[in-house]
Amino acid sequence: MAIIVDRPKLKWWEHLYLPALAKGLRITLGHFFKMLRGNTKVTMQYPEEKWDANLPEYYRGAPALVTDEQERERCVACQLCEFICPPRAITIKPEEIPSDDKWAKVEKRPKTFEIDMIRCIYCGFCEEVCPEQAIYLRKDYAITGTSRGEMVHDKERLYKIGGVRVGLVNKWNELK
Amino acid sequence: MDWYIILAASIKVVVFVFLVTLPLVAMSVWAERRVSAAIQDRVGPNRVGPAGLLQPVADGIKFLLKEDFTPNHVRKSYYWLAPALTMIPSLLTCAVIPFGSKLFGEKMVIADLDVGPLFVFAVASLTVYGIVLAGWASNSKYPFLGSVRSTSQMISYEISLGLSIVPLLMIYGELNLGYIVMEQAQNGWALLPLWGDGLSVKGWLLTIPLFISFVVFTTSIFAETNRLPFDLPECETELVAGYHTEYSSMKFALFFLGEYAAMIIGSGLAVTLFFGGWSLPFGWFNPESADAEVPFWHGLIHIGAFFGKVILFILFFIAVRWTLPRFRYDQLMRLGWVVFFELALANVILTALLLMWLK
Repeated sequence: MAIIVDRPKLKWWEHLYLPALAKGLRITLGHFFKMLRGNTKVTMQYPEEKWDANLPEYYRGAPALVTDEQERERCVACQLCEFICPPRAITIKPEEIPSDDKWAKVEKRPKTFEIDMIRCIYCGFCEEVCPEQAIYLRKDYAITGTSRGEMVHDKERLYKIGGVRVGLVNKWNELK
Repeated sequence: MDWYIILAASIKVVVFVFLVTLPLVAMSVWAERRVSAAIQDRVGPNRVGPAGLLQPVADGIKFLLKEDFTPNHVRKSYYWLAPALTMIPSLLTCAVIPFGSKLFGEKMVIADLDVGPLFVFAVASLTVYGIVLAGWASNSKYPFLGSVRSTSQMISYEISLGLSIVPLLMIYGELNLGYIVMEQAQNGWALLPLWGDGLSVKGWLLTIPLFISFVVFTTSIFAETNRLPFDLPECETELVAGYHTEYSSMKFALFFLGEYAAMIIGSGLAVTLFFGGWSLPFGWFNPESADAEVPFWHGLIHIGAFFGKVILFILFFIAVRWTLPRFRYDQLMRLGWVVFFELALANVILTALLLMWLK
């Protein structure tokens, strides 16, 4: 059933509209002077203030490659991340590790490893699927560039972002 | 004509119009954005220069560098004429507003006309042609509707605008704005008769009709400059952007600046008529008479006082814009024709009776 809401009957001074104006101005100017006194809490001023210190442990930023404690690149170019990547942002060209190399027993390593940061959706599947714990999502989120080429992270850049990660996979250690 | 008069007049034109009023227009755009931001608990433009003060410069450069696009479906000549027709009358009205007492023995008004307010109304009513031409030449429905609305609104409110200052002219018995200001400087501002002859029963009783005419005048100025709560010609929710929908680049900027220039001139006129123009309260630093010499620094103080009052009035304009919601169109017309027109007329009669009674 329809409910009829009567319009409120206005007093004669309410018809003048001026008291309403004064009331409105009191509210708006109240906010204005509160801001002038610096008592208003405003939004974070982004480039000057950042939220970086408060990012959670599980934050999913830019994916990056890591080396282990013996400076061996962890990636063995199995290409699982390339296959799982939903937007197909990852491109890997594998190569064989020559037999005179210290890590010849690993057999395979990426010749090139590129992540197109324009395509990357930061889903973290690559991190999840990696059997060697070689790719991680870091906390970098402001990935910018002035050209498309600049937005493609190559291997060198990925290791620079990633750095060293200790432990977790021990099967290539000399002791074992 | 004497070359000295021409030189003095052109210096006044250049300094007052181009070095003060136009930058004031730009700064009021900045003020509008910062004040509205503060009212809404935001920060506002604060990147360009200290506290964003150079934002108008950045805006101007952006407007100048943008593509000046003329759509194919418009009437080119009128389309090009319209922005100029909104901007120029707004600036022309600067001519009669006294912005200071005297400096180097020169009256601080570009044209010391004896029909000041009439000149302002005559020239300011030309801005309606700019808006009509813009709407008509754009050959598009939203600009057309916006300009039709604007025309009827401006013509309606011009009547109450003109009638509202009649009581003031009756009281001072003079149409020269410089004389009105001088009178107010000596005998109390129209709305604040606290010194001189104004401090009497007559002075206080006359503030009643003057206050009514101030309310009518200010509201009509709001309507004339198409600002909220009367910005129906360009209300975004119904008409995209109203009469300047088809405009871009500097032509749009001219409409925009024209609106703000009209606002500043309206503020200047309101200050001149109701708040004693360049004079300070209680007759401080007042010249003895209209012909008396004014010391150099007194002249500077008077100019400062005028612009201080104008800036306060502009801030009032801005605060009102961000306080009130937009009127409905029929409410606007009702207010103009049924309330203000009658109120202004009755006010004229009330003033006449008061003057007769108090003589």
